[in-house]
Amino acid sequence: MDFLNSIILLTNFIIVPGITYGSQLALGAIGVTLIYGVLRFANFAYGDLMAFGTMIVILVTWFLQSKGITFGLLPTALLALPVGILLTIIVSLFFDKTVFEYYRNKKSDPVTFIVVSLGIMFVLNAVVRIIIGPNDINFMDGHKFIMKAREFKQMTGLNEGLALKSTQVITLITTIITCSILFYFLNKTKTGKSMRAYSNNEDLALLSGIDPKKIVLLTWIIVSILATVAGTLYGLDKSFKPFTYFNNLLPIFAATIVGGIGNPLGAFYGGFLIAFSEIGLTYAYKKFFKYIMPEGLEPSTLIQFISTDYKFAISFAILIVVLIFRPNGIFKGKVI
Amino acid sequence: MIKNSDFKICFSVMTVLTILVGLFQSWGIALSMLNLCLISAVMAMGVNIQWGFAGLINFGVMGFLAIGGLATILVSVPPVPEAWSAGGLGILISGLFLVAVVFSVLIINKKIPNHKYKNYFIFFIIILSIPLLKFIAGPSISKIESINAATSGFLGGANLPIIFSWFVGAILCALVAFVVGKVCLGLRSDYLAISTLLVSGIIITIVKHEEWLSRGVKNVIGLKRPVPYEVDLQNSEWFIKLVEFFNSSKLSNILDPDEKISLLNQLVITSSGVFVKLCFSLIFLVVVITILYFSEKALNSPWGRMMRAIRDNEEAAKAMGKNVVKQHLFIFMLGSAIIGFAGAMLVTYDGLFTPSSYQPLRYTFLIWVMVLLGGTGNNYGAILGGFVVWFIWIQSAPFALLVINISTNHLDETNYIKDHLLNSVPYFRYLMMGLGLLLVMRYRPKGLLPEKIIKN
Repeated sequence: MDFLNSIILLTNFIIVPGITYGSQLALGAIGVTLIYGVLRFANFAYGDLMAFGTMIVILVTWFLQSKGITFGLLPTALLALPVGILLTIIVSLFFDKTVFEYYRNKKSDPVTFIVVSLGIMFVLNAVVRIIIGPNDINFMDGHKFIMKAREFKQMTGLNEGLALKSTQVITLITTIITCSILFYFLNKTKTGKSMRAYSNNEDLALLSGIDPKKIVLLTWIIVSILATVAGTLYGLDKSFKPFTYFNNLLPIFAATIVGGIGNPLGAFYGGFLIAFSEIGLTYAYKKFFKYIMPEGLEPSTLIQFISTDYKFAISFAILIVVLIFRPNGIFKGKVI
Repeated sequence: MIKNSDFKICFSVMTVLTILVGLFQSWGIALSMLNLCLISAVMAMGVNIQWGFAGLINFGVMGFLAIGGLATILVSVPPVPEAWSAGGLGILISGLFLVAVVFSVLIINKKIPNHKYKNYFIFFIIILSIPLLKFIAGPSISKIESINAATSGFLGGANLPIIFSWFVGAILCALVAFVVGKVCLGLRSDYLAISTLLVSGIIITIVKHEEWLSRGVKNVIGLKRPVPYEVDLQNSEWFIKLVEFFNSSKLSNILDPDEKISLLNQLVITSSGVFVKLCFSLIFLVVVITILYFSEKALNSPWGRMMRAIRDNEEAAKAMGKNVVKQHLFIFMLGSAIIGFAGAMLVTYDGLFTPSSYQPLRYTFLIWVMVLLGGTGNNYGAILGGFVVWFIWIQSAPFALLVINISTNHLDETNYIKDHLLNSVPYFRYLMMGLGLLLVMRYRPKGLLPEKIIKN
């Protein structure tokens, strides 16, 4: 019984939140890694692109709600998602046409691209704040819990409860769907293969008749979809605040590099690695040990590796360790 | 130096901007803008040394500024004896422990020949040391933080004049930059950008949450000043005489003695604020000119030529026998030290240390915009960038307000869109910065004052 309790405890406080947060990071990291792999620069405006997409989703959600349209048990934001994706694609392509294309044709060095992406970051930052303001917005509606901790306790008769929020399940399902489609696309379809070929060797890809314009267009479309979906899922699960989205860029970068920059599958795993280490290392295991240790041997301290204040710092530290020992990431990324 | 056209441009832009604000807004605002411009110029010169001279991309500016700010506390705040007696020993012991861990890692790294599991072993030591450190320091930290938690709750500083802290901040930053540089400088440019950004995130987290050291989010207020206080000025004889002297024509027009005294009092109060800011401006100006002088000297010396050679062609410089790694580390430390100096100046000028206010957008990327906009590799460009960008940053909100008011003139007061736009006026500065950066990168990629290479 105690053993079961301890398992439930860990599931409730580490595994479920870890999977949720990991999925959100993974979606974001795949976007960053695709930009890096195909367009060859680290996009600092990505966090704000996520915020932009989520903002559109929120605005459409409000509009739908004012018309009395809801999605039943599911959050209305899912209905608004396609509009958000569409507008984010338009914005990405707009910036690509007006800004990035020029430097791509000039074959500028990666640092110039980073600097320009900083400019876009500033602009998007301003646009989001001007339109929707800097405040916290909660736009989750529909059914909140799939299972409450108390119900679980009553059902099983255990001491520990397992709460399951609907956003957590939605996040997981959406991530599975999005990632399966994406990996199918990249690995099995002809267009996806040409995209990978372009990422692998630009000149050879051009020689074999791959249209670079089409590849770039496609990349921005995929990246915008991923950014909007990841942003909306994060916003549904926690809340929407432009500043948080900017800050989330840092763990996303960490996940990208840990997984090997330019490697989508690596970014996927990297997201989960970062999420689980952030949550796992800041969790206080006192209660867990109380269950599994024999009586009289219970720990007196919190058994916490590092305090929750350092949550973000953990992902940064992991990144730095990885950069020192394996500069190409755990799952071999590309070196350009 | 005077013959230099860049110098003229810089100086005239600086004067014109200050006078314009002084005439149209007030001299107090103009001087505080000037002061922040000067501080920004120092920051921009620090980044320019790293990026412009050596091509090192450092997105960790925020972290070094925070370390400089922390130095002001460690130097100038009076120590808290109760806290020292309660937990000082524990902190010292844990400090020794930390030093021991670092040395053991270094020794292992040096002495043990390359073994398959060496890195894992070092990694294991570091991981193990963190909970141990927490175990050793934990009780003393909670003791220190519980002493007068509302007003102190930290160890305090050394109670020295605050001007020392600028140098201490620079030295601390150089030390941190040494460690960061050892770890990160070998990386490629974009990895270096990301990893320095993340390192600055770690530094901010530490400053924010180690309350025994910095009071963390509880902030430290009422720091010392290198210049007189307004209240002291208002009560001192010579200052009142000075104000009387400067305003003698205005005062002599008034015949009623009571009215004259009240006007004089008014003038003394306003001019004391201006006087304090003027003192700050003088000190900052001295700093800017000193750093500029040495930086120009260095840039035009054989060392500066070597740095440019390394920047433009690392392989060739290596082939000529230059130690690129060592020079990169040195210049990274130098630039970070200047940034730390500016960080301490900023906190001194503000008179308070608020760790939660350090955000990458304001303290890293804005400084980068200054350097890129002003002109990479040109010290005058960095100073000009500091001035122009800070001016736009400060003045874009009033400007946006004006534009919105004009363009929405036909809408009535209660119009939703107008109201919403008026509320979001402060965010137009981000828009201006972004557009400014994009335009400069497109049409003047070398900045407003491009680098000039003197061939001799």
